[in-house]
Amino acid sequence: MSNNTGLELNQELESTVGKPLIEGKSRISCRNVDVFYNQDAQAIFDVSVDLAKNQILAMIGPSGCGKSTLLRCLNRMNDTIDGCVVNGEIKLDGENIYSKEIDPVLLRAKVGMVFQKPNPFPKSIYDNVAYGPRLHGLTTNSSELDDIVEQSLTKAGLWKETKDRLNKPGTGLSGGQQQRLCIARTIAVKPEVILMDEPTSALDPIATATIEELMYELKSSYTIAVVTHSMQQAARISDRCAYFHLGRLVEVNDTNTVFTNPEHELTENYITGRFG
Amino acid sequence: MNIGQHISQEYNDELEDLRNQVLSMGGLVEEQFSDASQALLNGKIELAQEVSQLDYKVNAMEVSIDEECAQIIARRQPTAIDLRNLFTIIKVVTDLERIGDESEKIARFASELLTDAKSMNFYKNLKHMASIARNMLTDALDCYARLDAKKALEISGMDVEIDAEFENLNRLLTTYLLEDTKNIESTLKVTWCARSIERVGDHAKNICEYVVYVVHGKDIRHVDDKEHKE
Repeated sequence: MSNNTGLELNQELESTVGKPLIEGKSRISCRNVDVFYNQDAQAIFDVSVDLAKNQILAMIGPSGCGKSTLLRCLNRMNDTIDGCVVNGEIKLDGENIYSKEIDPVLLRAKVGMVFQKPNPFPKSIYDNVAYGPRLHGLTTNSSELDDIVEQSLTKAGLWKETKDRLNKPGTGLSGGQQQRLCIARTIAVKPEVILMDEPTSALDPIATATIEELMYELKSSYTIAVVTHSMQQAARISDRCAYFHLGRLVEVNDTNTVFTNPEHELTENYITGRFG
Repeated sequence: MNIGQHISQEYNDELEDLRNQVLSMGGLVEEQFSDASQALLNGKIELAQEVSQLDYKVNAMEVSIDEECAQIIARRQPTAIDLRNLFTIIKVVTDLERIGDESEKIARFASELLTDAKSMNFYKNLKHMASIARNMLTDALDCYARLDAKKALEISGMDVEIDAEFENLNRLLTTYLLEDTKNIESTLKVTWCARSIERVGDHAKNICEYVVYVVHGKDIRHVDDKEHKE
């Protein structure tokens, strides 16, 4: 970028630089994905990227760059938006998630999502976690359900704090605890992938550190994709980092490379605070 | 490199200020080495005093620059080129300070060797070494100022010449010592001076390698020249 005005795309972006694809080791693979919010507004252009098993992929970029849009494509959350069209191919374990045979509700159990603002149901802590397993019929046995709730809360690092108040409302927890409850709720339906859309942006630094530690522990069991506006967070927690710019995927590389020696000038400019 | 300015003008100013301080420190160290060489090789003993005086300034600058780097790292969490830049500044000032120390050693020996006629025999060799080292230092600082990685790579290759001259001088000194053991004292002093000049070349080479790191993000330390070119 020769100027400092920001978001002009004055450099050719023929293809994503770095290592967006990891053939053979991917859990989710996106190929040539375009997303339109209506006929004239294309949000994402020809994005191809793989999400690896047991890794955290951080998606970074300025506001409006398409990172949340892509994240929401991965469990068909964009289906809920009128006029949103997704072209290209997105596969989960080799199966096209946009094929007619796929039930989006079941897909969202396999590919769970945690949002920016903690959104527990107005129910008890227990029922928040038990809701998914009940809905998907994972168990009808109450002691099995108790086990699922305990395991999910334990994995989310919330069991010790809540085991004596499982019948209290989830909304009575602190912000950080609510977010961990939402993660427990996601885990309870035994997903393969967890998508996180700015999961700590509404939390204080201590709650943020707890969630980040949790993400580190969870990646041994799940594939995680996280959209974050905090470059430091991306640097701390992710294994690979994807930089988006005006709907294009500019660079995907391992996080060490992105934060010490990024390949693309736009990535360099963004992470060093030269525009954003 | 075609990297723009940060959104934060204060951050730009802080980095620019640090860079200027490193270049000023480089200027002082160049002066130190030049004065020390002249004191030794041209008998300008009054310059030896100045080398020590400058060393206080150089040491103070090293401490101050390191402190500013630590503050910027803590407050700005630099990444990519900014991180490489700061990392390089911390390394470069260490090398510059050590060049200052080597210059001080040379200056200290200068007054002692001035009264030693025997050591004059080796001044031609020392002069040649000092001349290469001075050029290397000037060029290395120039490469740092311009972030010229290509030239930095060329300059770092010049260290081989100093090393060869140092080896050559060592052989001469060994022969000289074997001829008459009374020559031990003057031989040792010349050896120490030669060693200091050789170290200046090494430090200048280090600065060149850091320039390549800033520009390309490649660490070329401890790899041979063939790999450098690749």
